[in-house]
Amino acid sequence: MSALKVTDLSKTFPLAKTLFGKAKNGVRAVRPMSFEVQVGETLGIVGESGCGKSTLARMLVGLLEPSGGTIEIEGKALNNADPRVFGRLIQYVFQDPISSLNPRKTIRQIMDAPLRLLHGLNPAERDARIREIFASVNLREEFLDRYPHEFSGGQAQRIGIARALAADARTIILDEPVSALDVSVQAQVLNLLADLKAKFGLTYLFISHDLAVVEAVSDRVVVLYFGAIVEVGRAESIFKSPRHPYTKLLADSAPVVGRALAAPEQKDTELPDPLNPPPGCAFAGRCPRATDICRSKEPQLTQMGDDQFAACHHPI
Amino acid sequence: MGSYIIKRLISAIPVLLGITIIVFLIMAMIPGDPATAILGSYATPENVARLNRDLGLDAPLVKRYFIWLGNMLTGDFGRSYSLNRPVLDEITERFSATLILAGVSFVLCSILGILAGVVSAARQYGWADKLITLTVLVGISVPSFFLGMMMILLFAVNLRWLPVSGMYAIYGGGDLPDLLRHLIMPSLALSVVATGVIARLARSAMLEVLRQDFIRTARAKGVPERRVIMGHALRAAMVSIIPVLGIQAGFVLSGSVYIEIVFQWPGIGRMLVDAILTRDILLVQGGVVFVAACYVIFNIIVDVAQGMLDPRIKT
Amino acid sequence: MTGFLKLLFRNRLAAMGAVILGAILLLVILTPILPLQNPDVTATADRFQRPLSPGHLLGTDHLGRDLLARLLYGTRLSLIVGVAAALIAGIIGSAIGITAGYFGGRLDNIVMRGVDMLMAFPYILLALAIVAALGPGLMNALIAVAAVNIPFFARNIRGITVGLAGREFIDAAKLSGMGHTRIILTELLPNVLPVIIIAMSTTVGWMILETAGLSFLGLGSQPPQADLGSMLGEARSSLITSPYVSLVPGVMIFLIVMSINLLGDGVRDALDPRLRSGALSRPLATTLVSGARRPVPPARDGLLQIADLRTQFHVGSRIYKAVDGVSLSVRPGECLGIIGESGSGKSVTALSLMGLVASPPGIITGGSVWFDGRDMIGAPYEDLRRIRGDRVAYIFQDPLSTLHPLYRIGDQLAEAIQAHHKIGKAEANERALQLLRDVRIPNPESRVRNYPHEMSGGMRQRVGIAMALVNDPAVIIADEPTTALDVTVQAQILMLLEDLRRERGLAIVFITHDFGVVGQLCDRVAVMYAGRIVEEGPTAEVLARPSHPYTKRLIACVPELGQGRREMAAIAGLPPVVSDLPPGCAFAPRCDKASDSCRKGDIALSGSGGRAVRCLFPEEALT
Repeated sequence: MSALKVTDLSKTFPLAKTLFGKAKNGVRAVRPMSFEVQVGETLGIVGESGCGKSTLARMLVGLLEPSGGTIEIEGKALNNADPRVFGRLIQYVFQDPISSLNPRKTIRQIMDAPLRLLHGLNPAERDARIREIFASVNLREEFLDRYPHEFSGGQAQRIGIARALAADARTIILDEPVSALDVSVQAQVLNLLADLKAKFGLTYLFISHDLAVVEAVSDRVVVLYFGAIVEVGRAESIFKSPRHPYTKLLADSAPVVGRALAAPEQKDTELPDPLNPPPGCAFAGRCPRATDICRSKEPQLTQMGDDQFAACHHPI
Repeated sequence: MGSYIIKRLISAIPVLLGITIIVFLIMAMIPGDPATAILGSYATPENVARLNRDLGLDAPLVKRYFIWLGNMLTGDFGRSYSLNRPVLDEITERFSATLILAGVSFVLCSILGILAGVVSAARQYGWADKLITLTVLVGISVPSFFLGMMMILLFAVNLRWLPVSGMYAIYGGGDLPDLLRHLIMPSLALSVVATGVIARLARSAMLEVLRQDFIRTARAKGVPERRVIMGHALRAAMVSIIPVLGIQAGFVLSGSVYIEIVFQWPGIGRMLVDAILTRDILLVQGGVVFVAACYVIFNIIVDVAQGMLDPRIKT
Repeated sequence: MTGFLKLLFRNRLAAMGAVILGAILLLVILTPILPLQNPDVTATADRFQRPLSPGHLLGTDHLGRDLLARLLYGTRLSLIVGVAAALIAGIIGSAIGITAGYFGGRLDNIVMRGVDMLMAFPYILLALAIVAALGPGLMNALIAVAAVNIPFFARNIRGITVGLAGREFIDAAKLSGMGHTRIILTELLPNVLPVIIIAMSTTVGWMILETAGLSFLGLGSQPPQADLGSMLGEARSSLITSPYVSLVPGVMIFLIVMSINLLGDGVRDALDPRLRSGALSRPLATTLVSGARRPVPPARDGLLQIADLRTQFHVGSRIYKAVDGVSLSVRPGECLGIIGESGSGKSVTALSLMGLVASPPGIITGGSVWFDGRDMIGAPYEDLRRIRGDRVAYIFQDPLSTLHPLYRIGDQLAEAIQAHHKIGKAEANERALQLLRDVRIPNPESRVRNYPHEMSGGMRQRVGIAMALVNDPAVIIADEPTTALDVTVQAQILMLLEDLRRERGLAIVFITHDFGVVGQLCDRVAVMYAGRIVEEGPTAEVLARPSHPYTKRLIACVPELGQGRREMAAIAGLPPVVSDLPPGCAFAPRCDKASDSCRKGDIALSGSGGRAVRCLFPEEALT
């Protein structure tokens, strides 16, 4: 059964109209994409800045209206008309742990809100539930009466996770949950997430720019480039034997101890201009394998190997 | 740049229309009818009705607005009953006097304010900063009309350095030095508060900018500190100072009403107050719309200056 | 609340304002029960009595009314009207601002257009128009002043609200099941309230002035009732003969407005968290050096030698020892890596070298930095400036914030040259162009006229590198130059740096938190923890055989690609705060090898042959 199913989901941000001209096409932050997350699975989403991963995440939790396509959560179409119902289905853990906590509320007040509003618990029940959750994320109860600015990034991120747990949703979107943290703390939070998943049977959508982190936590990985899925595959194989040249570039670019510095890319090129996207494959301008067809026809996601799909005319 | 100016000019049209609507609506709230006010309470009902018809006041509100607007666009602001001359003539004559006073004050407060703010920020917590901060604090707390009165008492009455009031001497005046002598006290009194406000803002804008990373970069490049402050920092600080200059211009213009009263300056502010007290509605209406329109145009100039300074705005 | 009051009254000016205002308020409250004469009763025979005359402490006015009584009643009236106007304008304006800012979209658009129109009037014109329509009178003046100020509040509060509404905690509140009303009242309002209070406290003085002004013009309070403005207005005709009649209300207005301004500033400072931490000091041109510092001779040879460097941050009564006795050196053509987590002092070390640590609060309390046989710490500003950017250049982390947003990049490059060499503009521009080519920026001829915001992050960092290279420096200090970049762009930039280093024989000090980057670029590496170097040596050796338990475990924490799904190694606990370090080894609380001896006394950095470790029980014995 799928916990989350996305069909042809897209988002276009309109541009301001020019004075005399008509409205431009707008920026296509997310091109129509489809994927599914199975219950109990961790789906990793990886991509560089501007690939649309945060836009995607915000649409999944109803914070942003999609321009097209559908989102189904546990078989039902996304409907956030009543925040009290919606919050119990899916939750979100933010990238910046400090700014996701209201600076003028104590941690107890922050934890109280979902328990009171989503589950209608009375004060005694709430207190018991908060203790329970805090114990499972290894936070001391004395933190409850403090304010967010008193915490380090790692602690604040645990609080953010605790708040998401309080809603008791089975699916959690993790948007770069560890990228603001130091490595030694990052590992703590990643291990905590793994424990919680096993304990509560959660489904994760894990978004990150860090290939190694995504590989370490995910079952399957989706690679995004310029608002579109370029490759999907099993975490253990996708970076070892990538089919899409962009996935290979990503894997080769990550600095690794003991590997000599070598430019994986000979041309000093970067992302195409989002206001003026090229026809065909968005990666063609940087791709060593690109031919004429790549510059005219957009490749579709096709199956290559057992569990691997890539959108490429000339896969590796 | 050209298209940006055109864009700003076009965007001013709805604002100007909005101004006329607001003024018109406010004036329409006046209890009783202007005809009675014009003719006095002893007027016969026939005369009132005739005047109402002549003024178009018996028409519905929307129609009256468009008639009024159309007249103004053709330069017909009506006739002042208390002065018995066309409103527009009176306004342009009076406004030029206000423009001299407010313009000089605005230039004065801009230069002094920015200078004081920069020095204050560059010497934060030094004696110059403390002196400026204290002066500014006193300056923004003095009512300009009171300050003007005290200046008259000291410099005109006791020391006899400067003329008490007016724009030109009654006998033998009328040249530029005479105007300047008359201008010193009112323009100073008018610019004190704005100078203080600008100095405060310039100081905090400079402090904010000096903490930015690009200032550290300039220093790391070995740019001399003088240039870091007067070049890199001030230029970036101007981005937040210029809009305030625009707002302060409005305050200087507003303050000129008091100063014109205190110094008997024949400007438009005094005209407006007199017109309100004599209930010369057409004069008030025309004067307010005229000055507000000038201020809108001034603000476009401010915006264009901002656009020239900050390349990030144009896109 | 008590904390707020304490902060407020620590500000002496604010306390002074509070005392003056308190005294005036007390007088005004007591006015009805004080034995005063009737302020409105005229006695023409007693006109223009001087102050201190019998029965009239402050004298009388042109109608023989007692000035003291008129002053106190007038003050009372002025205060009430001014405060009422501020409250009305503040509440209505804030409500409009919050609503428009939170909901955004069309509502916001329409409301803000209206606000813009009202603000297109010089404020007094609008007030005059309103008074003209409603007729002169104190109540109408109050309405006019309040109405004129509503747009100011609306715009101000809307700006703050828009900023807050985009913050993540608002999104989190939505997901916690909150509706719009609840979010506005419990999430937004508590964050906007300080701004509203600040805006009100800084404008109430202004409102009092404005209403007094309208009364002064004869459009506010009508005779015989008097507020301070109309008292001043009536006194104007006798200004020359009896100046004290003007002086009395004028000074009172001044006192009220000034005390309110002082108090308002104090309230603002106490409520603004940025000011609370004393962060609004501007950094000086060079970092302060403590008078107690003594030069330390270099221990090793090298182009740039750091000897026992100590940099601290003094914030309030706390002392943060950000860099606590760091010694390092870099040879020509060598790349030295400094690695550590946030708060380890690696960036502060880098910035201390050329006195670029923000000061205040930073202060260098000890040690030396030797370059070209001279100690740069404590060197005169002009000497330091000549070295900066010419012989020792910096590359910073985020090129968007480190390049000046309002200058074209070509001009920024040319300026870096002209700061050190007397060459013409054309020549400097030509050289700038050449450098853009050297850092492999495509179309340098057109790029040179770009502003930083017109470039991508990777291109901007290339400009940052070009700017560092512009005067052929001997040493480049790179402070996390690739941290803000994507991996593929990072690989390009690292490759560029490596090429440039080989071509030009540059010495590089490379600050990073990334072991992968260190491993690929640096010849030697120093690992920092809590302001100290805990281990140093040739990169390959340190990475292959880390000797300090911290280094070893930190390397284990880094996930590496190609190892599949796994449990990750973590270090329990948090890095210590450098204002409150435990005695002994700073890592001891998180180390499973720590014994009692680790928790007392200083532990020396020991070793030989360029390999050293600060540990009593190293993982690998150093030969």
